[in-house]
Amino acid sequence: MSAADGREMRGASGALRDAATGELRQETMIINMGPQHPSTHGVLRLLLELDGETVVSCEPIIGYLHTGIEKNTEYRTWQQGVTFVTRADYLSPFFNELGYCLGVERLLGIEAPERAQIIRVLVCELNRIASHLVWLATGGLELGAVSVMLYAFREREIILDVFEAITGLRMNHAYIRIGGVVMDMPQEGPGKIRNLLRVLPGRFDEYETLLDDNPIWRERNEGVGVLGAEQALALGVTGPCLRAAGVPADLRKDIPYGGYETYDFDVPVQTAGDAYARYRVRMAEMRESLKIVRQALERLEHTPGPVMVQDPKVGWPSRLSVGPDGIGNDPDYLRHIMEESMEALIHHFKMVTQGVAVPAGEVYSAVESPRGELGFHIVSDGGHRPYRVKIRDPSFVNLQALPLMAEGYLVADLIASNASLDPVMGGVDR
Amino acid sequence: MPVERIEGMHLGRSPEEIEEEVRRGVLTTSLDRAVGWARKQSMWPATFGLACCAIEMMSAGAGRYDLSRWGMELFRASPRQADLMIVAGRVSQKMAPVLRRIYDQMPEPKWVISMGVCASAGGMFTNYAIVQGVDTIVPVDVYVPGCPPKPEMLMHGILTLQRKVRTEVPFR
Amino acid sequence: MSPEDLAEALQGRFADVGLARGEVTVLVEAGAVPETLLWLRQHPDLAFDLLACVSATDGPGADPRFWLTYEMRSMQHHHRVRVKTGASGTDPRLPSVAPVFPTADWQEREIYDLYGVVFEGHPNLHRILLPEDWEGHPLRKDEELGGVPTWYVGARVPPVDQRGMA
Repeated sequence: MSAADGREMRGASGALRDAATGELRQETMIINMGPQHPSTHGVLRLLLELDGETVVSCEPIIGYLHTGIEKNTEYRTWQQGVTFVTRADYLSPFFNELGYCLGVERLLGIEAPERAQIIRVLVCELNRIASHLVWLATGGLELGAVSVMLYAFREREIILDVFEAITGLRMNHAYIRIGGVVMDMPQEGPGKIRNLLRVLPGRFDEYETLLDDNPIWRERNEGVGVLGAEQALALGVTGPCLRAAGVPADLRKDIPYGGYETYDFDVPVQTAGDAYARYRVRMAEMRESLKIVRQALERLEHTPGPVMVQDPKVGWPSRLSVGPDGIGNDPDYLRHIMEESMEALIHHFKMVTQGVAVPAGEVYSAVESPRGELGFHIVSDGGHRPYRVKIRDPSFVNLQALPLMAEGYLVADLIASNASLDPVMGGVDR
Repeated sequence: MPVERIEGMHLGRSPEEIEEEVRRGVLTTSLDRAVGWARKQSMWPATFGLACCAIEMMSAGAGRYDLSRWGMELFRASPRQADLMIVAGRVSQKMAPVLRRIYDQMPEPKWVISMGVCASAGGMFTNYAIVQGVDTIVPVDVYVPGCPPKPEMLMHGILTLQRKVRTEVPFR
Repeated sequence: MSPEDLAEALQGRFADVGLARGEVTVLVEAGAVPETLLWLRQHPDLAFDLLACVSATDGPGADPRFWLTYEMRSMQHHHRVRVKTGASGTDPRLPSVAPVFPTADWQEREIYDLYGVVFEGHPNLHRILLPEDWEGHPLRKDEELGGVPTWYVGARVPPVDQRGMA
């Protein structure tokens, strides 16, 4: 590149050196990262302006997974809304279902039975652990720690086994329904959960031994993606990102729902506001969730009862049970509606075809999902179908903080900040 | 010293057996079958995980349902280095041109597995936002239904594709 | 503060305060929304520092046609309030609250994208979820769901919004 070899490299608009001052011209580079990219946590497109390796400006472009879930719910019954809503933030399906069902139950003016509430808390906290494990796995993978991914997915498989035993599916369960849960805990459920409670704490210790004081992990995460408390609140960031900035805000403690006020757990808070602080917060949250799971399991043994509201005009009518070929309709229930009671058959028919009629009104119900405040603004016009279901997804709002966290840092730090923000594009785009 | 052949006891080999053994020891086959066998052994998937199915695809690549058994744990980020595209998840209208572009960037031979009902037929989202089946954009070899399909179902789809690749005729 | 106390405290300043199902709703004029939200944040007993959700609803027969709700939450006092306003159907315009609450930036863009409500004073109002060249605003009630008919076992099932079932 010296003048001696007679050739000059030309920039986008001409000369190598500025004509007036003789200085080397510098231009920033506009690079598109995504939407197909191994490290952007899904289909996120980042329009980066780079000065060498430093990010000058970062603009997230979303919408590559827009599914029209909110419009779809307006054409289905209220119960069918659960199956749509559960696929919004697909890493925390139980939270989607819980928020939606709590909202509809508030409109109906009913409350789920106590056993159902305990089961809901139990599966939600297990879901929180599973979601944080995926965060750890993908975060580690993006930073280059591939073995963390395999370990975290191994633990997640144990939890998904429990989900499969309880709900029949590994993901997108549609288990929490309006009025309770769809099926009671099966017999092998408590045993599997106890096995999980025995195994997981040791595995969490392993992660902390591997990563907490790991110099590479600390270098890549400390001081990266700093988000202060005021900035976070102004941008509407909630969840572990806010708690890592020093604000002890957790909906389970602040505005409790679904029985959380009766459980004994702490809310971990860090003050640094960087990616390492978020890592510590999430690791601590996993342990707190295990505490809640243990308490819920003990309570479950002392709380018999129905798991669905008994009102035939509200509760989902059919009972499922485990038969020789899997989970299916309970033969006793079938005999009841087909042979014994005409009224039960009519109720079953009306509930399955038309569904619940929810009184008119609007409600906003929020739960604390692994990523922050997951809210549902539900409007009903008194009919059998939702009028409007708006999902306030935490990832959608949290992602607005990414430019603030990324600008001025290196591209590799952008990856680390994005991973620590834990966006799930299904929730962002809905 | 002459070898004594005792009546009724097989000590040596008959001429037919010798020929059989030669045939078994030397792999003589057509080029088609050899190429098909080699191609299916070493397929590298391109990362195209979009939504919930992507998590099940990652689970399939992780420890318990190990895709590495078939040499496929190596998800290549660059489509230039990949020969299998597993479309895992719902494809929105905004993503469709990107999908086609990635498919075009993959070199021949390439195959497509459409994983999940959203990729195969639009799934439960028959609306304005989702492409009703990626086979309207790219040619699909194997459809794997499910919402999301368990990793074992995805593995069955992959093995079906491998059987298809092994038996197809690559050169004309 | 409990919802009842909150409703009482707000009745001093706002004419239309409703309390239903444990939720307090304040109805204001469209032009008054930014100053309302700012007042709610700055009042020491209320301290609504998080704008949780900006949501829109389309009621084709009603006037105003579009209802917008701003859900707010206080991190210090742990209570919630909803500020509700309306926008007309023919030319829906509202002042943007993004200068006051930066979190509303993307949420208002989403409402513009899906409903067509224009927010004046928004720094960057263009489509966020749908492709840039998309025409129409899908979440309006007069836009159809889209989707294709399904062939299944020799029968042809139309998309959900054209099926004519109850």
